[in-house]
Amino acid sequence: VHVHPENMGNKQTIFTAQQLDAYQDCTFFTRKEILRLFHRYRDLAPHLVPLDYKDNPDVTIPYELIGSMPELKDNPFRQRIAEVFSEDNEGNMTLDDFLDMFSVLSEMAPRDLKACYAFKIYDFNNDNFICKSDLEKTLLKLTRNELTPEEVNLVCEKVLDESDLDNDGKLSLEDFQHMIVRAPDFLSTFHIRI
Amino acid sequence: MGLLSHLGLQELYSASSEEESEEEEEVITEEDMAKLKDQVEEKKKLIATLRNKPSPMKQKLQLLKEAQEFVEKFEGALGKGKGKKFYAYKVMMTKKWMKFQRDFENFKTACIPWEMKIKEIESHFGSSVASYFIFLRWMYGINMVLFGLTFGLVMIPEALMGKPYGSMPRKTVPMSEQDSAMNFATLWDFGGYAQYSVLFYGYYNNQRTIGWLKFRLPLGYFLVGVGTIGYSFMVVIRTMASNANEEGGGDDTSFNFSWKMFTSWDYLIGNAETADNKFASITTSFKITQESILEEQENRKEGNIHLTRFLRVLANFLVLLTLAGSGYLIFFVVRRSQKFAQEGLDDYGWWERNEVNMVMSLLGMFCPMLFDIISPLENYHPRIALQWQLGRIFALFLGNLYTFIIALLDEINLKLEEEKIVKYNITIWEKNLYNGTWLENSTSRPPLDIDPAIVPRGPCWETMVGQEFVRLTVSDTLTTVITILIGDFLRAVFVRFVNYCWCWDLEYGFPSYAEFDISGNVLGLIFNQGMIWMGAFYAPCLPAINVLRLLASMYLQCWAVMCTNVPHERVFKASRSNNFYMAMLLIILFLSTLPAVYTIVSIPPSFDCGPFSGKDRMFDVIQETLDNDFPAWFGQVFTAATNPGLILSFILLMGLAIYYLQATSESYKAANLELKKKLQNSTKEQQVVMWIKKQMELILLISLLLRVPIHPMEEE
Repeated sequence: VHVHPENMGNKQTIFTAQQLDAYQDCTFFTRKEILRLFHRYRDLAPHLVPLDYKDNPDVTIPYELIGSMPELKDNPFRQRIAEVFSEDNEGNMTLDDFLDMFSVLSEMAPRDLKACYAFKIYDFNNDNFICKSDLEKTLLKLTRNELTPEEVNLVCEKVLDESDLDNDGKLSLEDFQHMIVRAPDFLSTFHIRI
Repeated sequence: MGLLSHLGLQELYSASSEEESEEEEEVITEEDMAKLKDQVEEKKKLIATLRNKPSPMKQKLQLLKEAQEFVEKFEGALGKGKGKKFYAYKVMMTKKWMKFQRDFENFKTACIPWEMKIKEIESHFGSSVASYFIFLRWMYGINMVLFGLTFGLVMIPEALMGKPYGSMPRKTVPMSEQDSAMNFATLWDFGGYAQYSVLFYGYYNNQRTIGWLKFRLPLGYFLVGVGTIGYSFMVVIRTMASNANEEGGGDDTSFNFSWKMFTSWDYLIGNAETADNKFASITTSFKITQESILEEQENRKEGNIHLTRFLRVLANFLVLLTLAGSGYLIFFVVRRSQKFAQEGLDDYGWWERNEVNMVMSLLGMFCPMLFDIISPLENYHPRIALQWQLGRIFALFLGNLYTFIIALLDEINLKLEEEKIVKYNITIWEKNLYNGTWLENSTSRPPLDIDPAIVPRGPCWETMVGQEFVRLTVSDTLTTVITILIGDFLRAVFVRFVNYCWCWDLEYGFPSYAEFDISGNVLGLIFNQGMIWMGAFYAPCLPAINVLRLLASMYLQCWAVMCTNVPHERVFKASRSNNFYMAMLLIILFLSTLPAVYTIVSIPPSFDCGPFSGKDRMFDVIQETLDNDFPAWFGQVFTAATNPGLILSFILLMGLAIYYLQATSESYKAANLELKKKLQNSTKEQQVVMWIKKQMELILLISLLLRVPIHPMEEE
């Protein structure tokens, strides 16, 4: 547990009061959690991130450092997660992106919001559809290439069979949401505690 | 569009302000006022739901700023006209209320304990093991509230304002027990000074009001008892309802592969070994699902059905035998303990004194293992085997608990008989004391000046019941601790250190490290809570003891799971529904309140101990309060309301309402199914339409191709 002299007691000198209130309105976090998240962000690259965010400095942490966080380092989709939430879509995240990411992945985020971002994460080629190649990539990441190509093909066919309602050979956001909203495990597995 | 309306309203506002400068009274027309109000409300709603928007943070911050500026600007405008001051006041109060709510939310989240501990467990073991600890934490919260109620409203008032120890017979250790009253063995059994204290029912006096506050203790005692049950029901049902809201459609099997693909990775995993396990289990499950369809077909061909059926019937028979055996054993042991109690406990050692509790705890420990051994006979799919296992453990615990209660009821009846004899003896003893200095039928007696310790006592059956439950809880705790230390810790130490000099690899073969038994632990927790609910009325100290127990349990199990357990190789949830364990808790809550309610309603309270002594039935305290403390008409209304006719018709109405709601929900389900089918059909129709389209395109193409060479031929 780090002790941070800059936010002892109720006085903190990192953000203005309006900034903190705005973050509280835009995420599911409380004031204390936002400050804690800021320090987690800063601990990834203390030389890059200043302690004073009142004038909204333009600071980005490169993907390599984000992907090495203990919460993300074992996740096979960490690169896609970082890409989806980052501003430059390359995985390099500002503090805003960082807060946004953990807010969506937190316990309090509603199902629809999570479904929307899950769709973006599994859409590897960013064409707003989960096509067969996206499914194959997902499956290979999930099983670390242990399945034979026939098995991969079979599973992807089955998935399209089950979820593709408008029958265009790929999953649109509506297809995906329709399927994921009924999944009993979705809320508990699409969740990172920080 | 927002911008345009923004501009439009600005013009309106500036126009109206011009108007205002001309005419002090008329400002904005009613219609524009309403439109403005709507806009402001819309912006407010946007601010409230901004965090649910799937847009990047920068955009959200921008939207927030714009919306807030708009609201600030035009809220002032709305204030003009009638009721300006009141409107401004309302706005200020709303702002203050929102700030208060936000601070309260912050405070509440800061109060949640053990967040980091649970996170560590989640990252090592995944979300299913962590769900046990989250459940434990939730139970701790409920028990804190129950503790607050019993401690604050029952124990503290009596301790502070009631008559002190030694002033009355019920509050003093009898002369015969006084030498052993301070012994550790007696205190451990909750006898001696522990028994004659605020911890148990018997200490409380039946005075209507106590102290300078005129605190109505008997009424408070009764209402706290009812309140603990009511609060527990409310909390459990509220949690079930919110879980049901979040859930999808329940047991749906139409999206198996999609769900496996998109929801099987647990994002909470933060540990390389767990991740490896998870990858392996996902791969296996994909491979198996394809093979299992083939496997099922093969099994059907083999014709092993009769053998499997016979084995399953045999297994169930063995299980029934075990359940019956354990029930009889408990009954036998409780009877034996009554015999011991009658003969006086001095001749017997520790085992005889604690036989009942130890037997119940040991049965709870060993019988599930027995079921585990019998289960391979049945050859079920692991998830179904787990459900059977859970069902059997549930039946075991329930059977044990109810056998215990029936034996307890027997003991209560014995004590009631004893009470009559004691009452008779007391009248004789009192007559001897007075030695004929008063007449038989005189109503006023001179106060007796005797040491309360030598007054003969009735057997206080309520305290006896409370003591039994407290002892059971304590021995249950001890058994859990010992099971963890021996079953998990010693086993892990053995596997770790003896592995160097053992013939086979202990870590991979038998016995290897233990996996955390989620369902066994959850059931244990649920039943422990059931015992608390049953005994809390007779032993107000029980919620306090349970709070300590849960606290110790949390730290011990967190340590044990991190130190001695390995992540599961394959994870099977007992049921797809989150509400499964909640439903069990609700059933136990209901079944626990039955015995307590039965004893309150049908057994007369002891004549010389407890806050209801001297009454015919415990709930008479309500009638007494109505008669004495409320105005006369209130009592009449209440008596009219408890008229059986009215209550029966009310029950009938509720039954009809339940039937109606059930029918509507069935019709909604049917409509849902219809729509699903329609959707499926429409995709099939679309497929056919697409096919036809393709064929027509093909024909058109061919005809175009064929036409081209025809023209030149014709021209020629």
